Amino acid sequence: MTHLDGNAIAGVLEQLFGRDLTLASSRCTGCGAMREVADIHVYRSAGIVARCPDCDTVLFRIVEARDRMWLDFRGFSSLQVRS
Amino acid sequence: MAGTALLGRLTWLVAEVTETVTETPRVRTLILDVDGWPGHRAGQHVDVRLTAEDGYQAERSYSLASAPEDPPALTVERLDDGEVSPYLVDEVVPGDRFELRGPVGGYFVWDADALPEPLLLVAGGSGVVPLMAMLRHRAAAGSTVPAKLLYSSRTYEEVIYREELERLDGRGDGLEIVHTLTRAQPPGWTGHAGRVDVDLLREVSFPARRAPRVFVCGPTSFVEAVAEGLVSLGHRPGRIRTERFGGT
Ligand SMILES: Cc1cc2nc3c(=O)[nH]c(=O)nc-3n(C[C@H](O)[C@H](O)[C@H](O)COP(=O)(O)OP(=O)(O)OC[C@H]3O[C@@H](n4cnc5c(N)ncnc54)[C@H](O)[C@@H]3O)c2cc1C
Ligand SMILES: [Zn+2]
Repeated sequence: MTHLDGNAIAGVLEQLFGRDLTLASSRCTGCGAMREVADIHVYRSAGIVARCPDCDTVLFRIVEARDRMWLDFRGFSSLQVRS
Repeated sequence: MAGTALLGRLTWLVAEVTETVTETPRVRTLILDVDGWPGHRAGQHVDVRLTAEDGYQAERSYSLASAPEDPPALTVERLDDGEVSPYLVDEVVPGDRFELRGPVGGYFVWDADALPEPLLLVAGGSGVVPLMAMLRHRAAAGSTVPAKLLYSSRTYEEVIYREELERLDGRGDGLEIVHTLTRAQPPGWTGHAGRVDVDLLREVSFPARRAPRVFVCGPTSFVEAVAEGLVSLGHRPGRIRTERFGGT
């Protein structure tokens, strides 16, 4: 399966966090790389899987259902947003 | 009150199709009336959600094709084996409604008054849609920022927005449009033929020293090849913004 940009899931992220996260900087637990969320690799099928473009570590997973979402943000050691 | 969105909170909105425009045999534009539409920026997209009678839902992203100065519009290409696009291209009629979430994304966005650098747009197929929003916005805002669109289509008949692009190109306001046709070229074709490669990018794009803002959009493999080509020509990766539509 080919990947999309983090920007492609701007909608899910904004619904979850109440703000645009595509320009937030994230740090990968695998390799420590800092990247804008728009710039990470996203795979969409039944759910969303985001991976680090540098080391392929799974950054987060989101599964959306009709009335709830499941989140697993294991691969982000930090997330920096503009206040 | 039902249907009232909390200020600033992203929710699903109801879009009603007011008009449809056939762009090519496989591509159609849907002009929408969205209750509570907050306005958008050129390059942003929405998530469309369709719900079947049995409750089954399918969600896909579509770029906004219209300038921020105009009502929201989507331009969709039919993938024959697709779940959502055949419905939007062949079945929807004015008056139909569906849900959408957006506009979203602050990354793949161009504002006419914020960015004075030259604008380089590279599109593959339906990847032209968000770039068209930028060109429509540029024209509507009266911007004369130097701009180029390099647009790759399979055939002449499949060039989306062909006539409008000709008109924009003819305004003499600093925009240049270069087409390349990858599969077949009509008799007398004076544009380019074949895929976008490093040679074509070198020939038609702004040189890296002019530090253009670059937006690349299309199928994932197209975006990958173009972004790599631009980096090899010296463009800084941080100045190249990409929007992968998926596919191969
Ligand atoms: C941010 C963003 C913006 C987008 N904007 C637009 C837009 O403005 N106009 C538009 O037409 N599409 C756009 N797309 C693509 C769109 O979201 C869908 O992927 C597309 O319409 C196919 O959906 P489907 O349900 O018809 O096909 P699916 O049922 O999802 O897929 C059918 C088959 O086609 C393949 N496929 C999926 N997507 C593509 C693709 N893009 N190209 C080629 N093959 C594909 C699949 O692998 C599968 O084999 C955008 C995608 C993203 C991420
Ligand atoms: Zn990493």
